[in-house]
Amino acid sequence: MSDATSFPQAARVSVRNAQLRGNLRHATHTIRAKRAKAVAELADWDRLRAAGAAIKDRTLRHLDDYLEQLETAVTAAGGTVHWAVDADEANRIVTRLVKATGETEVVKVKSMVTQEIGLNEALAAAGIRAYETDLAELIVQLGDDRPSHILVPAIHRNRTEIRDIFRRQMGRWGRPAPQDLSDSPAELAEAARLHLREKFLRAKVAVSGANFMVAETGTLVVVESEGNGRMCLTLPETLISVVGIEKTVPTWRDLEVFLQLLPRSSTAERMNPYTSTWTGTTDGDGPREFHLVLLDNGRTDALADQVGRQALRCIRCSACLNVCPVYERAGGHAYGSAYPGPIGAILTPQLRGTASALEASLPYASSLCGACYEVCPVAIDIPEVLVHLRERVAEGGSTTRDGARVTIKPAKGHAAERAAMRAARWAFEHPRALRAGERLAARTRRAHPARLPGLSWSASRDLPTVPPEPFRDWWQRTHGGEEAK
Amino acid sequence: MSSRETILNRIRQALTDVPLAEAAQDVTVDRSYLRRHGERTPEQTAELLAENLADYRAVVHRCTNAELPARIASLLAAHGSRTVVAPAGVPARWLADSADVERVPEESTARQLDMVDTVVTGCALAIAETGTVVLDASPDQGLRRVTLVPDHHICVVRVPEQVVDSLPEALERLSPRRPLTWISGPSATSDIELDRVEGVHGPRTLEVVLVRG
Repeated sequence: MSDATSFPQAARVSVRNAQLRGNLRHATHTIRAKRAKAVAELADWDRLRAAGAAIKDRTLRHLDDYLEQLETAVTAAGGTVHWAVDADEANRIVTRLVKATGETEVVKVKSMVTQEIGLNEALAAAGIRAYETDLAELIVQLGDDRPSHILVPAIHRNRTEIRDIFRRQMGRWGRPAPQDLSDSPAELAEAARLHLREKFLRAKVAVSGANFMVAETGTLVVVESEGNGRMCLTLPETLISVVGIEKTVPTWRDLEVFLQLLPRSSTAERMNPYTSTWTGTTDGDGPREFHLVLLDNGRTDALADQVGRQALRCIRCSACLNVCPVYERAGGHAYGSAYPGPIGAILTPQLRGTASALEASLPYASSLCGACYEVCPVAIDIPEVLVHLRERVAEGGSTTRDGARVTIKPAKGHAAERAAMRAARWAFEHPRALRAGERLAARTRRAHPARLPGLSWSASRDLPTVPPEPFRDWWQRTHGGEEAK
Repeated sequence: MSSRETILNRIRQALTDVPLAEAAQDVTVDRSYLRRHGERTPEQTAELLAENLADYRAVVHRCTNAELPARIASLLAAHGSRTVVAPAGVPARWLADSADVERVPEESTARQLDMVDTVVTGCALAIAETGTVVLDASPDQGLRRVTLVPDHHICVVRVPEQVVDSLPEALERLSPRRPLTWISGPSATSDIELDRVEGVHGPRTLEVVLVRG
């Protein structure tokens, strides 16, 4: 899944896509405003946010105990628990479980984790077809495309494009779209309803993720809007849920915090249309077999980083995407993983390490404005983690990969930045040289290039012009002898 | 070493900064957030429920217990329903005025339910602050598929005893051992240019009858 293209390279392409930028701008600004209103309804939002962060911290600091407790509870309720160290192992487990049913197709609830591990591709390689059933995921799948937003994965497509995709592709996957299908959202949703209903009624196996897993009771929770989740969780005979280990919460009561934080922060609703909870299996109602695949895939490496581990609090609401000026312009695809936006910029490099160009560039995909931290319902200090990861990329140092402590070298591309930092440090420690340099710069300013050759940062930006007179000189001239206050 | 042991060992190694003596309960969780957002009389709570249900496009009706059979009959007629499924625990009286509508058994397959016009159920409780009805698969609510596949759901809420103010009050009254479905308005999507469309896969019409007495 790892994408070799660095964030700046990918972003350079997407910022030129006017359609994408227009859609993103509309989407992010709309959700942002609605979310602010939904949050303002609760006078105790800050206290809920602090409690959400504390519950997640409690879980993470004692994750081994909670996972064992969860396993016991799920097993006692009739489920089977599997453990997957990495994506390959999770894919092998799911493939084996599907094959054991004798089925060659599965229906899927929207799940970021199965996208993270590339499950659909792994199943396809084993001759199993996975049908996405969330409307946006369906649009993405039929368009042979990638999701670009956590909550609204097809936000980069407009209604006419969606109509064309439905007309062209639905027939290849099942019930075709009506030939006279218009581009009204209601008609498009109706076409998806009919196309997918046939699959729901026939499906014997479903694959889901989960928003929360309650250690105390073994209960899983899926929060959704369309009802495709309910279909997948209820109608098939076998249900396989693949869930990251960090989705655990200790107690049933803890849901009173997260079920208030998540819908308001995500879709800006008091409550999303449908929430399903289930504990193991229930006689005569819903799947007869339930498998829970607990996934590590880099999460324990993130847990080992005392600054970075707060990223594991994330409840995938996508509020940070909607306020991020970088995301708004670059779009989700530039982040090269299932996790776009600010949260992706700190999660992906921790889950995959920073060895390749994409992961090493992600901590720089931010202006550090701090808006993401402010809206985060579990108070993840994303700028703090970004700076921490930048330091690791630029300076190298000790980190954890696949459970082992390793020392990584400074990344190659950052030699110029390190040299600049060293030069700056030297200049600030030598004020006389700094003053001389500033005056030289002011006198030669007409000769300065507007852009720096060879530096990608300045490819889409002009350098600020150097003022005719250094600030220090101006201050000395206009406030000569006065103490600066 | 099994993957289970590998993951648990990695977690323990990752948490070397956590003192061995620290128990989970030592990590403080301040629960000073509100139990409910405002003090209301039972009447005000029911009114808020109705408001919030309607805000998310559920159709809200009010009647007395005595009027309920006639009300359900008129809702079925208005929807043009010829078939209805009502779980075994739904009081026979609720459908007493709807003899002309064919009753389909609860145990029907999903494919059979796909042909059914309407499902009539009770609920476990309703949450005023969020406009939510919760089903817990009790006999008057039935198997989960029964309230999922038909396109029209009539849900009866007994007021005030089944209405709570808030989410924390709801969770403590619900059993995690039962499969729960929380419903806040009909299914919806905003996946196409953020235009909200009601009704994708679940029942496209949700009617909630608030019954007193």
